[in-house]
Amino acid sequence: MSAIYILWLRELKRYVRSRAQMVASLGQPMLYLLVLGFGLGPVFQRAGNGSYLQFVAPGVIGMTVLFSSVFSGIGLLWDRQLGFLKEMLVAPVPRLQIMIGRTLGGATVAVIQGLLVMGICLLAGFRPQSFLTVPLAMGFMVAIALVFAGLGVAIGSSLQDMQGFQLIMNFLVLPIYFLSGALFPLVGLPKVLAVITRLDPLAYGIDGMRAVLLGKSAFNPVTDVLVLVVVGTVLLVVGAYRFSKIEI
Amino acid sequence: MIRVRNLVKNFGSFTAVDDVSFDVEEGEIFAFLGPNGAGKTTTIKMLTTLLQPTSGTMELDGLDPQKQQNEARKRFGIVFQDPSLDGDLTAWENMEFHGVLYHVPHKARRQRSERLLKLFELWDRRGDQVKKFSGGMKRRLEIARGFLHMPRILFLDEPTLGLDPQSRNQLWNIVKQVNEAEKVTVFLTTHYMDEADRVAHRIGIIDHGRLVAQGTPKAIKEQTGKESLEEAFLALTGTIIRDESAGAADQMRQFAKMWEKR
Repeated sequence: MSAIYILWLRELKRYVRSRAQMVASLGQPMLYLLVLGFGLGPVFQRAGNGSYLQFVAPGVIGMTVLFSSVFSGIGLLWDRQLGFLKEMLVAPVPRLQIMIGRTLGGATVAVIQGLLVMGICLLAGFRPQSFLTVPLAMGFMVAIALVFAGLGVAIGSSLQDMQGFQLIMNFLVLPIYFLSGALFPLVGLPKVLAVITRLDPLAYGIDGMRAVLLGKSAFNPVTDVLVLVVVGTVLLVVGAYRFSKIEI
Repeated sequence: MIRVRNLVKNFGSFTAVDDVSFDVEEGEIFAFLGPNGAGKTTTIKMLTTLLQPTSGTMELDGLDPQKQQNEARKRFGIVFQDPSLDGDLTAWENMEFHGVLYHVPHKARRQRSERLLKLFELWDRRGDQVKKFSGGMKRRLEIARGFLHMPRILFLDEPTLGLDPQSRNQLWNIVKQVNEAEKVTVFLTTHYMDEADRVAHRIGIIDHGRLVAQGTPKAIKEQTGKESLEEAFLALTGTIIRDESAGAADQMRQFAKMWEKR
C-alpha cells in the first residue's frame, strides 16, 4: 500500500512543481473553448441546436482529461530515458503495485486538470443544469482518466524512444479526440462516421458528462458507464501486462 | 552469496555475455572489470532482475532472481552506472521514496537518511530539487541512496565515475566499513584499476562477454607476470579501444539535457 501511495504522491508533486506545464496544458482547451465556442456559436444556434458553448464545454473537459492521462502513461518513456524507471523496477515491490500507483497518480492529475478547465468553462459562461450534477460529471472524468491512463501505460511500456511519440499523437490521441463528438453532436452523422465514433471510448465519457451536466445525450447514460468500465478494465489489464514485461 | 553458471545473454545476433560462470562468497568484495561494452552492466542487469538471460542460472543468497524476483530484490541494493534519480524531487524526497519502496520503517528511514546525507555532504542541500545538483552531487546522492536499506548484497556499477578524489576516497572507506562491520557482499565494476586493487578481495576480468581471468589481485598479477593490475588488465584484454554504440537511451538523455537548458 505504501508503495502505491508514494508513487501516487510523486506524480502529484511533479505536477504541482511544473507550473509552466500546468499552464501550457490549459492553453489548448481554452483555445477550443473560447475560439470555437464563440466562433461557431452563431451557426450552431441558427441550426437550432442551442448554445455551442454549452455543448462544447464537456467536450473540452473530456479532451483535457484525455490528453493529461495519456501523457502521464507515456511519461514512462521519460522515466525510462532519464533512468528513474530502473530505480522503481529493482525495488522489492510487485510491478503491479508500481503500475497502479503511477496510474492512479496520473489519473488524479488528469482529473484536477479537468476540474480546472471546468472552472474556466464556468467563467466563460458555461452553466450546468444544476451544480448538484458536477460530482457526477467528476465521476465520468475519473472514468475517462482511468481508461486513458491504462492506454498510456500500455503505450509507454512498449515505446523505446520519442520517435514513436508523434506517431501515437497523430494517429491515436488526436483521432480519439476528434472522433469523440467533443466538437460536434453525434446525431444524424454519415454512416461511416457514426460507426467510427461509436468505437471511440472517449465518445461515451463525453456523452455521459453531457447527460449529467446538460440533460442531453446521444446514448443512454447507463450504456456510457458500462462501456467506460469495460474498456477501462481491459486497458488497465493490458497496461499492467505490458508494464510487467518491461526490460531495460 | 552470488552464484552464476553458464550465463548467456544475446541481443539478436550479438552475444553480450557469453557463458560466464563465477561465485562470490558472503562478505567478499568482488570487482568485475572489463573494457567498455564487455558485458559488465548486462551481467549486473540480469543479476538485479532488470533483464532476462538467454540461458544459464543465477543465485542470489540462494534465490533465483528470475523466479523469486521480489525476494531477491529485497536482498540487494544497487548504484547504477547511469543516473536514476528523479530530478523534480528533492534529495530528501528521493531518499524517502527509496526508503518507502524498500520497506524501511519510518524512524529508521529518517535516521539513516540524515546520517547518509551528512556523510556525503548533501545535508544542507536536502530540500533542493535534484535537477539543480552538479554531476558529482547527483552521484553522491545515488550512492547514499544505495546504502539506505542495508542490503545483504551491494551492486556498484562504476560508482566512482565523475567523482572527485575526496568523494571517491570517502565512498571506498564506507564500502569497506559496511563490508567489514555488516558482512555486506559487494559486487562492483570500475575502470580505475588502482581502486579495484585496493578494495577488492577477488577480481573477475571480462572481455567480449567472456570471463578471461578470475582470482585475487595478486594472483592475476602473478598469472600475467606484471607489476600492476593496470598492466595485467591490458595484457589480458589488449590495447584496442572499444566503442560502445550510443543506444536510444543515451540519445534521449542528450535530448533531455538540451531541453532542460532552454
